[in-house]
Amino acid sequence: MTSGFVIRKNQYYDSIFLMGISKRISDVPGVQQNAVLMGSETNKGLLSSIGIQDAQIDAAQPNDLIVAVIADTPEIVSEVVGKLDEYLLGGVQVATTSNPHSLGEGLAQKPNANLAVISIPGEYAAREAHKALEAGLNVFLFSDNVSIEDELSLKQFAAEKKLLVMGPDCGTSLIGGVGIGFANVVRKGSIGAIGAAGTGLQEFTSQVHNAGLGISHAIGTGGHDLSNQIGGLTIFSALDALEADPQTKVITVISKPPGAKTLARLIERFKTCAKPEIGCFLGVRAEIKDTDTFQRASTIDEAVRLAAKIIGGETASNETAFTPAELELISQEKAAWGSEQKYLRGLFAGGTFCYQSQQIFRDAGIVIHSNAPLESKYKLADSHRSLEHAVVDMGADEYTVGKPHPMIDGTQRKQRIMAESHDPQTAILLLDFILGYNASMDPVGELLDAIIEAKKIAQKHSGYLSVVASICGTDGDPQDLNLQSRMLQEAGVIVFHSNARAAIFCGELLKGY
Amino acid sequence: MQTKIDELLHTPLIVINLGLRKFAESLEEQEIEVVQVDWVPPAGGDKDMLDLLDQLL
Repeated sequence: MTSGFVIRKNQYYDSIFLMGISKRISDVPGVQQNAVLMGSETNKGLLSSIGIQDAQIDAAQPNDLIVAVIADTPEIVSEVVGKLDEYLLGGVQVATTSNPHSLGEGLAQKPNANLAVISIPGEYAAREAHKALEAGLNVFLFSDNVSIEDELSLKQFAAEKKLLVMGPDCGTSLIGGVGIGFANVVRKGSIGAIGAAGTGLQEFTSQVHNAGLGISHAIGTGGHDLSNQIGGLTIFSALDALEADPQTKVITVISKPPGAKTLARLIERFKTCAKPEIGCFLGVRAEIKDTDTFQRASTIDEAVRLAAKIIGGETASNETAFTPAELELISQEKAAWGSEQKYLRGLFAGGTFCYQSQQIFRDAGIVIHSNAPLESKYKLADSHRSLEHAVVDMGADEYTVGKPHPMIDGTQRKQRIMAESHDPQTAILLLDFILGYNASMDPVGELLDAIIEAKKIAQKHSGYLSVVASICGTDGDPQDLNLQSRMLQEAGVIVFHSNARAAIFCGELLKGY
Repeated sequence: MQTKIDELLHTPLIVINLGLRKFAESLEEQEIEVVQVDWVPPAGGDKDMLDLLDQLL
């Protein structure tokens, strides 16, 4: 095994582009590992962790491109390094002189802009977001790794200026029907939503669309907004705006567990809100009483049903009941398992789906381990190794630092599916697929071979692998929802259009195990 | 009084996109006016220099 690297001074590319190049290099036969990144301190640390160290790398600047390769032979390393220009050109992102290079230059071109969408490395993001607020722009801040102190300071400044900061770490919003970041194609309507849980907001808005209804606005806040440190500064601004918005008839809030103080203030605020509210606080065990205007939903599906009812729409009346056909399917699947098979393994691209699934299993009395557990005592010692019943958030930091998120690229999930299939105790594989703008154009296609192979491996062990999946998406999404769904079904996967339904189905499969 | 947040919800979006080009492309697909900023770390990414520049400007 041998390694090599090349540094290109003052060649800056965005992270998604670089991950695409990295993926192409990883497909070269004989390449064991590679890194294609900018020379920030964090990235230099990553290189060091895979054994790539050199004085030239130490001296590289955040504007410098570094490509490092570990391969079987020095010839392969030279070949990759020699072909770098080809890879960069093939990636299509050609630097243009016409595009502006700073926020100020951008504003000079569009002085009437009303929103800055910021997805630059976290260490610079707060600075640019602050500049955008100073210029009177609302901000959608996709970048993560922004400190809680910076987040608080940005949000306090935004509150003074009566501007909105969606994020940091905000994956999705729908403003007046327009999807920002990772968003599904959803019709306009009268249901408003606020989400501190990115894929939770995508699931809610997609299900509203799939029920024939529509969304006025869905405002992402970033995952820390409801913490006691931030105090829900964005959520309260969003609530004021949706309360004043004539299109919005009902407001739904979806989040992972909020800080207790912030939750109490939010519930107080609901009491003075002129519109009906639905609250879906995943993972919260404490009782929250319904009022004349507020109703609590235990799952995203229930939130959709309650919101639909308020505006006179209809959805399935009961999220937990099974049809006779589903009950038949459950007994068939269980009957096919081998004697050793008994555990569920969930591999998620969506953090909220990992979370909601755990809540559903907990409520069904099933002990479940995770790298992102509801209770710390069930934390997996090693995220890369499942224990008994386990669900893994594969969008967590340990999988995504320097590597593409599973919503964009299925490589890591594919590898994990194969690993789980070699465990003779695995009985159920639970997966999620997320469609919409900016997500992989073929999320099912990326995992399909692995799913089919995993089922074959179970057969070799005289068993049968149940594969259950949920698809978050709509018929308007660029990926073709029906085709994605059909590809799964043809491979013997049981498909739901709701993560909650998929998890409840798995809970029923596990009864008696 | 109408705030800039209310305006954001009621007027067409006009976006300045700093960073991932895919985000600008998906907004253009939705017929939104977008300026793509090919952002590069200012001052070569030197944070001390950035702080100094912020104080001067």
